[in-house]
Amino acid sequence: MSDAAVPFRTPREERPPRLSRPARGFRGQPMVQLTLVRFREFIREPEAVFWTFVFPILLAAGLGIAFRQKGLEQLQVGVVARPGADTALVAAMRRDSTLVLRSYDDSAGALALRTGKVALLVIPGATRDSIQYVFDRGRSEAGSARLVVDRAVQAGAGREDPVRASDSYVTETGSRYIDFLVPGLLGMNLMGSSIWSLAFAIVTARNKKLLKRLMATPMSRYQYLLSFLFSRLFFLIVEVVTLVGFGYFAFGVPLRGSLAGLMLIALMGAVSFGGLGLLCASRARTVEAVSGIANFVMLPMWVFSGVFFSSANFPEVVQPFIRLLPLTAVNDALRANMLEGASLAAVSPQLLIIFVWGIVSFFAALKLFRWR
Amino acid sequence: MVTPSAALQVTGLRKSYGDVVAVAGLDLEVRTGECFGLLGPNGAGKTTTIEICEGLLASDSGTVLVLGKTWETESQDLREQLGIQLQDTQLAEKLTVDETLTLFQSFYREARDVGDVIDMVELGEKRFARVGTLSGGQKQRLAVACAMVGDPDLLFLDEPTTGLDPQSRRQLWDLISGFQAEGKTIVLTTHYMEEAERLCDRVAIVDHGRVIALGSPGELIDQVDMSHLPPPEPRKTHATLEDVFVSLTGRTLRDE
Repeated sequence: MSDAAVPFRTPREERPPRLSRPARGFRGQPMVQLTLVRFREFIREPEAVFWTFVFPILLAAGLGIAFRQKGLEQLQVGVVARPGADTALVAAMRRDSTLVLRSYDDSAGALALRTGKVALLVIPGATRDSIQYVFDRGRSEAGSARLVVDRAVQAGAGREDPVRASDSYVTETGSRYIDFLVPGLLGMNLMGSSIWSLAFAIVTARNKKLLKRLMATPMSRYQYLLSFLFSRLFFLIVEVVTLVGFGYFAFGVPLRGSLAGLMLIALMGAVSFGGLGLLCASRARTVEAVSGIANFVMLPMWVFSGVFFSSANFPEVVQPFIRLLPLTAVNDALRANMLEGASLAAVSPQLLIIFVWGIVSFFAALKLFRWR
Repeated sequence: MVTPSAALQVTGLRKSYGDVVAVAGLDLEVRTGECFGLLGPNGAGKTTTIEICEGLLASDSGTVLVLGKTWETESQDLREQLGIQLQDTQLAEKLTVDETLTLFQSFYREARDVGDVIDMVELGEKRFARVGTLSGGQKQRLAVACAMVGDPDLLFLDEPTTGLDPQSRRQLWDLISGFQAEGKTIVLTTHYMEEAERLCDRVAIVDHGRVIALGSPGELIDQVDMSHLPPPEPRKTHATLEDVFVSLTGRTLRDE
């Protein structure tokens, strides 16, 4: 304002003391404050903490325990009791410790088979030299039950093995279900927490007109978006350490690759999913709308990207598309690092896919972003 | 005439939303150091005008000079110099009063001390309370504090006292008067004529996107033609600004 300007009213008081930004110290910097806000909003939401940190551990623990006994699995077998049946047959089956026998009458036996209570139903024949096995060939444990039961029956009836075999048992870490599962859960968790934390925080701020209010300050938009990625960085370390640490100490899940490589894969994955989260949140005005969008984006990856079972189960024609999904790339890279000890160079195709998804979604989000 | 001391200069401002004309050629001049009121029924174009002046909306045509600057060329400087309170902002519930103000403070190159601002809006006892636990009046004072923490030269307040009890309202009036006493300029909108009469040096009455009356509350009251209004209650000795408002904009209720 020029000196010629005559104030409408003469100031009665002195100007209040002003603080320049450097005088406010490290904590007074906008980037620090914006990141701190992200932290505070997250840790003051107990549900968010549960879903991000506790839930994956509970899931890993539950599934790990359920599938731990895989090698010593016992086979449930039903025997249809007939009056005058051969007791020697049943006694022969009882000698095999992998078989758990239950006896049924005709209809109860059929029901037990249908409901999956038993894998195989044994129906002794009218004479001593015949026997019938009822089972579903599509069930993998039914096939093994058929083999084990038949071996016991034949041996009981006097068959001699021409070749003497001896078994020695090993447990190969790295090939168990839990070893497959932990990297997959980590990838899924990185995706979920990146997408949900960004999508909810941004859409809530937009819905409450807080975003518009922030736009009315000199705040830098770039710093605002960057603060989300910075706070993800910290939570990422916590997520990786808790889940991988739990797998390592509770189940002996191997960590054969370099830890730095593992962190880099997780970091790239989290930032890339952050871009995807930003894209999900770029237009939506309500939390309901963004929930729909985020689920729509994540659902195909939960199914196809090999979290709980290998994506190799899907037909060959769709494999190229599955490999291009960001979660597939993250899961493959994490598994290669943890289970095979692969170097970063070996997983560079996956890292490239992750990088491209991150860049494309981040710039698409910036282009589409509704700031008001 | 363009006065060099104009804090806000709006000429021929127009803005439409599809077929709806919100602002239809509005002219306005706010002098430095005055408290200026923008009055008008709902849907008259007050908020649209204010948001264009705040740089949150683009106009269709017309010029806006804020503190002698335009949004096109000096938006970053302007953001540093303006304090803004919007009608329906909800601040983050999980943050405390202190954290919220420290966040807003960090955006400004030059800012006031957070403790000073908290004292100014009388939220000292609530300094470390979460925003979610504050009453309506306290939230509103925090919103005004957020507008003031950047030590602005020009303060825009959009219905700052709507929905507040008389005590909270008077507290805010004191706050606004104190800010003006520092030589700063205020532009506010309100539906309370008593508030405009008490706080504002000049008011503009806006309807259908245009200014239809402009002057000090006293001048406008003196000009009003009382003949077509219902006879005043016997106790009333003179017209109030409310009479001006109703005679100009009609008695029908309008909801947006």
